[in-house]
Amino acid sequence: MFKKSAVLLVILAFVVALLPACSATSNTIAIGTIMPISGPVSTYGIQSRDASQMAIDEINAAGGVLGKKLQLYVEDDEATPEKTVNAFTKLVTQHKIVALVGGLTSPCTLAIIADAQKRKVVLVTPSSTNDTVTDAGNFIFRACYNDSFQGQVMAKFAYQNLGAKTAAIIFDNTNDYSKGLKDSFTAAFTALGGTLVDTESYAKGDTDFNAQLTKIASNKPDVLFVPDYYSTVSLVAKQARTAGITVPMLGADGWDEIANNAGDEVDGCYYSNHYSPDANDQQVKDFVAAYKAKYNAEPNALAALAYDATYMIADAIKLAGSTDPDAIQAAMMKTNKKFVTGQISFNEKRNPVKSAVILELVKGDVANKPKVVYNTTVNP
Amino acid sequence: MKKKGVDFLLLLGSGLLVYCLIASLAWVGVIDEYYMQLLSVAGVYIIVALSLNLITGFTGQLALGHAGFMSIGAYTAAIFVMRASLPLLPSVLLGGLVSAVFGFAIGFPTLRLRGDYLAITTLGFGEIIRVVLNNLEGLTGGSAGLQGIPSFSDTGNYTLDAIIKFSWIFAFFVATVATISNLIRSSPGRVIVSVREDEIASTSMGNDVTRYKMIAFTVSAFFAGIGGGLFSALIGYLNPSDFNFLYSVNFVVIAVLGGLGSLTGTVLGGLVFTFAQEWLRVLGDFRLVVFGLLLILLMIFWQSGIMGNKELSITGLVRRIFRKGGRAQ
Repeated sequence: MFKKSAVLLVILAFVVALLPACSATSNTIAIGTIMPISGPVSTYGIQSRDASQMAIDEINAAGGVLGKKLQLYVEDDEATPEKTVNAFTKLVTQHKIVALVGGLTSPCTLAIIADAQKRKVVLVTPSSTNDTVTDAGNFIFRACYNDSFQGQVMAKFAYQNLGAKTAAIIFDNTNDYSKGLKDSFTAAFTALGGTLVDTESYAKGDTDFNAQLTKIASNKPDVLFVPDYYSTVSLVAKQARTAGITVPMLGADGWDEIANNAGDEVDGCYYSNHYSPDANDQQVKDFVAAYKAKYNAEPNALAALAYDATYMIADAIKLAGSTDPDAIQAAMMKTNKKFVTGQISFNEKRNPVKSAVILELVKGDVANKPKVVYNTTVNP
Repeated sequence: MKKKGVDFLLLLGSGLLVYCLIASLAWVGVIDEYYMQLLSVAGVYIIVALSLNLITGFTGQLALGHAGFMSIGAYTAAIFVMRASLPLLPSVLLGGLVSAVFGFAIGFPTLRLRGDYLAITTLGFGEIIRVVLNNLEGLTGGSAGLQGIPSFSDTGNYTLDAIIKFSWIFAFFVATVATISNLIRSSPGRVIVSVREDEIASTSMGNDVTRYKMIAFTVSAFFAGIGGGLFSALIGYLNPSDFNFLYSVNFVVIAVLGGLGSLTGTVLGGLVFTFAQEWLRVLGDFRLVVFGLLLILLMIFWQSGIMGNKELSITGLVRRIFRKGGRAQ
């Protein structure tokens, strides 16, 4: 008897859930965001969601867009492409969103771009750096630069600013991000006239890099490029110093948060990022102050990008004068404004033409705790 | 003979009824695209979980590598559709076949093992497949993933597309249930169940136990591959990292939730699993905690899952109603 009633309950719950949820009312404009609120990269996802919400609140406080308020609908993708597809279907069918901020990781974004293009939903990914993301069509934009640009920037910085003539690379060959950066750095550095003396690889999850690093040390490069995320970089850096590599190590935006995860061994290293919280810029200062006041934390680069992406969409709707998808798309293409992460306009492939910030790690006030300082800005 | 015919018609009729009900509700907009998507995802989960139940529930062998078989089916189908321009139906079937070949090859050395040992080898197999897919860059796109896999249809009408998508998965779901339930009731199927009950007793009856385990394992790999093929068209993007060990565990959870050794249980388990995951999303970070708690409570109070090893039989139900009505007159 217990079992039968339970089965009935399940069926009943199923039916109730099928009742469609209410959608946005006519005096709001629905914007969606899909972020990894849970899962392995939830720190990034939560900060991005918060920054996006903060932008929406600011815009609404200033009178909204087209006389209507913006409403942000948040969905969690758990950093899996499959859940991203479900979330996207929910946002477009139940909330009738006109634009989307997301996804955060490249695989998640890649899973929904074809659908977004087909349904004419303007999609602005704040942080998916994979080169192919914007290839799906004219409705797909991104707020960050892509992998090949970051590789070029670091190559240019190494050759021109650091005066490096030789370089070595150690990268993760199971990670698309790491591989993309390796390729673009190699191409740009050799094009500038530098020589690549050694390229070594490892696989995701490896913790011992001594064999590769000893080989690199014997080749005596001027710089070592380590394109990976901070958790692996901190391991590589420590072993590199032990192996006798004293030259500066270079990285990309995956190094964001490295200062909290490594010690003295990363002193004198450089990495490229989307913005610098301590850059001498009023817009950046305002953003960092507002974010700190609201959420009591220092915003990371991805939060700044999500904030910018939300503003870009709001501006485009304003300029378009309607919520017609084609009009918003056309208005997006006309974007040319200074945002928190820099002056942004879009090229014909809807990638932003923007500068990268180079950050330097220096000896901090506390022992074994490096400090991040703004070094320079490299223009495209 | 006559009874069988009536049963067949009853099952066909009720299957069609459920299908028509959902399809027409979707057409008039009562069930929106989002729920059609969830039902389709649940359908794929159920197909893979049913295949796992054949190994774990009916044959009594714990397997932890079904995401591996699923990914083989998914990549095979996607590659045939994209690179060889084959239609979807043969591609999905080829996905199943390739997966079955792998199942056969893996089963050969490993099915002589029992219990924990088999669980570890299948787990290892799933991991190997993932790493291989990651490194076959030219074919699978490697760690960047395979994008732009065509969907089931592209009519321009989203409601119709959602219904077509659901129809494909529902058809394969019915075929899977029919094949597995018929297999269980056949003479090899009885041997398969006897292996679960007592392997030594079954051997002493003169059964070639390993051979029947092989049959179950290969059929299971086939349907997991079919599920994978449908998954590739449903999601449109594949990434090797998503078919990890935890993904395999999802199917074990569905099978245990529904009841090991019950096909209808797996169907209910798959629906509950898929919808619970979506609904609990409002809880944010606590979702995983609550979901885990639900599973723990279920296992404490309802050890054998929703259905235990019983089946909800439509033909049995109809016959009972019919008989009762007859008596009253």
